Amino acid sequence: MSAPVDIVGISKVFNAGRSNAVTALDDINLNVAPGQFVSLIGPSGCGKSTLLRLIGNLTEPTAGSVSVNGKSAAHARLDGDYGMAFQQAGLFDWRTVSRNIELPLEMKGFDKAARRARAMDMLDLVKLREFADHRPWELSGGMQQRVAIARALSFEPKLLLMDEPFGALDEMTREHMQSELLRICATTGTTVLFVTHSIPEAVFLANQVVVMSPRPGKIAKIVNVDLGQRNDDTREDAEFFKKVTEVREALRGYDHVEPMPTRLDDR
Amino acid sequence: MFIASLALLAVVWELYKTVGPAGGGKILGARLLPKAENRSMPHVWDMLQRYTRAERRGGTRTIFMVVLSGLWFTLRIALAGLVLGVTVGLGLAVVMARFRLLERALVPWLVISQTVPLIALAPLVVSWGGRLHVGGFTWQKWMSAAVIAAFLAFFPISIGALRGLTSPPASAVELMDSYAASWGSSLMKMRLPAAVPYLIPSLKLGANAAVVGAIVAELSTGLKGGVGRLILEYMRESTGDPAKVFTAVFGAAALGLTMAGFIALIDIGVSRNRPKELAA
Repeated sequence: MSAPVDIVGISKVFNAGRSNAVTALDDINLNVAPGQFVSLIGPSGCGKSTLLRLIGNLTEPTAGSVSVNGKSAAHARLDGDYGMAFQQAGLFDWRTVSRNIELPLEMKGFDKAARRARAMDMLDLVKLREFADHRPWELSGGMQQRVAIARALSFEPKLLLMDEPFGALDEMTREHMQSELLRICATTGTTVLFVTHSIPEAVFLANQVVVMSPRPGKIAKIVNVDLGQRNDDTREDAEFFKKVTEVREALRGYDHVEPMPTRLDDR
Repeated sequence: MFIASLALLAVVWELYKTVGPAGGGKILGARLLPKAENRSMPHVWDMLQRYTRAERRGGTRTIFMVVLSGLWFTLRIALAGLVLGVTVGLGLAVVMARFRLLERALVPWLVISQTVPLIALAPLVVSWGGRLHVGGFTWQKWMSAAVIAAFLAFFPISIGALRGLTSPPASAVELMDSYAASWGSSLMKMRLPAAVPYLIPSLKLGANAAVVGAIVAELSTGLKGGVGRLILEYMRESTGDPAKVFTAVFGAAALGLTMAGFIALIDIGVSRNRPKELAA
C-alpha cells in the first residue's frame, strides 16, 4: 500500500524572481503512513497552511514532488482522494445541512437517493441527524464545523486535510470537537493532516507532531506521541504534559532572539 | 402605511392650495413657490373625478380605461426591457467574473454607456432596428423601446451580479477546487446562488430604470399607445383641462410601484431560506 502522503524536497517561493520574493517552504520531506494522525504546528508564517495546500494541489510547488496515495497531487485531486476542512466551516447558506453534505457527492455524480442516504449516515456519525433539514446559520459554530467535517468525509476519502478547523471555536467546544474527531477517525480509519497552532491540540490528537520553524518554513522536529486511548483524563496525564513540553521546546529551539508569540501558549 | 402617506400627500397638496399664493411666489427673490391656482394645481377630487369622465368630448372611453391600457402597453415594454437587461447584464457579469482581465477592460465602457443621452440613442436604435428583416421577422417599434429600456436596466444588474459572483471567499473557491469542480459547475453550485442576495437590490434599480427607459423611449421614438405618449398629449391640453395630465402622471407612478411590487415578490420567494442579515 502506497503512502497517503509522500513529500520529497518540496520548496515553495512566492513571487519568485521578483524583489518581494518570499520563501515559504524550504526543502520539506515528509512521509505519512496510512491511518496516521499528523499535526502540523508552528507560528504564523511558517508555511504550514501552504504545505497543506500543496498536498491538496490547490497550489503548485516551486521544486520537489508531492504524491498522494501513490499518484501525483494533481491526479489525486481529480480523483477526489482527499477531503478538506477549513477554519471557517464555509457551509453554503442556500443549502440545508444535508444538502451541504451532499455537495461533493453531487460533484462526483452520485444519484439522489445515494446522496441522501450517505448524508444521513454522515449526520449520524457527527450526531446531528435531527438537524438534517435545518439551515446552516441556525446551527452553532461547533455544529457547523461538524457539518463541514461530515461534508469532507461524505465521499469516504482516505485522506483528510484540515486547516485550523477548530481555530474559531471556544475552548470547551474545541476540546469536545477534538474528542469527536478522534472518535470519527477511529470509525473511518482516515489518515489526517491537521494544521493548528495550539500545542495541546496538536499533542492530544496526533500520532506525530510535525514542528515547523518559520522564514523559510522548515521541519524543525518530528515528535512521536503515543497516548493510547484518549479521553478527557488524558489532558491531565503526565505523558501528555511531557509531550506538550517537548513540542514547546522544539518550537522555542529555533528562535532565541524573539520570544514566542504568547497566543501559542494561550491555546 | 402607504395609504396613510398617500392621504397625507393629498392633504398637504390641498393645504398648499388654500394658503399658497395663487400666482406663485418668491423666496429671497427666486421664484420657488409654485402657483396654487386650479390651472397649475388642480384639486385632488378634480383629478380623481377626471378618471371617470370620457377622454375626449363626445368619446365613449373613460380616461381611466385609456390610462390603464396605456399602462399595460408600457408595462409590457418595461418588462421586455428588464428581461433583456437581466440577460445581458448577467451574461456580462459571468464573462467578467470568468476572465478578470476583461472586467478592467469592460467596466469603463459600461460606465460610458450610461452617460450617453437616451434621446440621442433612440433614433439610432429605431433606424438600426428598421433595417432588420430576418425571414418572416420584422422589427417592431415597441422593440426599439424595449431595447432602450434594457440599455438603462442592464447596468445596475451587471455591476450587482459581478459583485455577487465574486463574493464567495477564497476558502469556498478552494473547496470547489478540492472537488476538482469545473468553472461551470462552481458557477452553478457556488457563484450564482451566492450572487442572489446581491441581485435583488440590482433588480430593484434595474426595474426602475426599465420603467423610466420605456417611458422616455416612447417619447423619443414617437411610439403611440403607452403612458409616456399620454403624458405628452395631455400636457398639451393642460391649459383647458389641467387635471387630465395628472391622471397619466399618477399612472406612470403606479407603473413604477407595480414593477417594484413584482421585484418584492421575487425577493420574498428567494429570501425565504436565507439568513435575515446579509453580512456583506
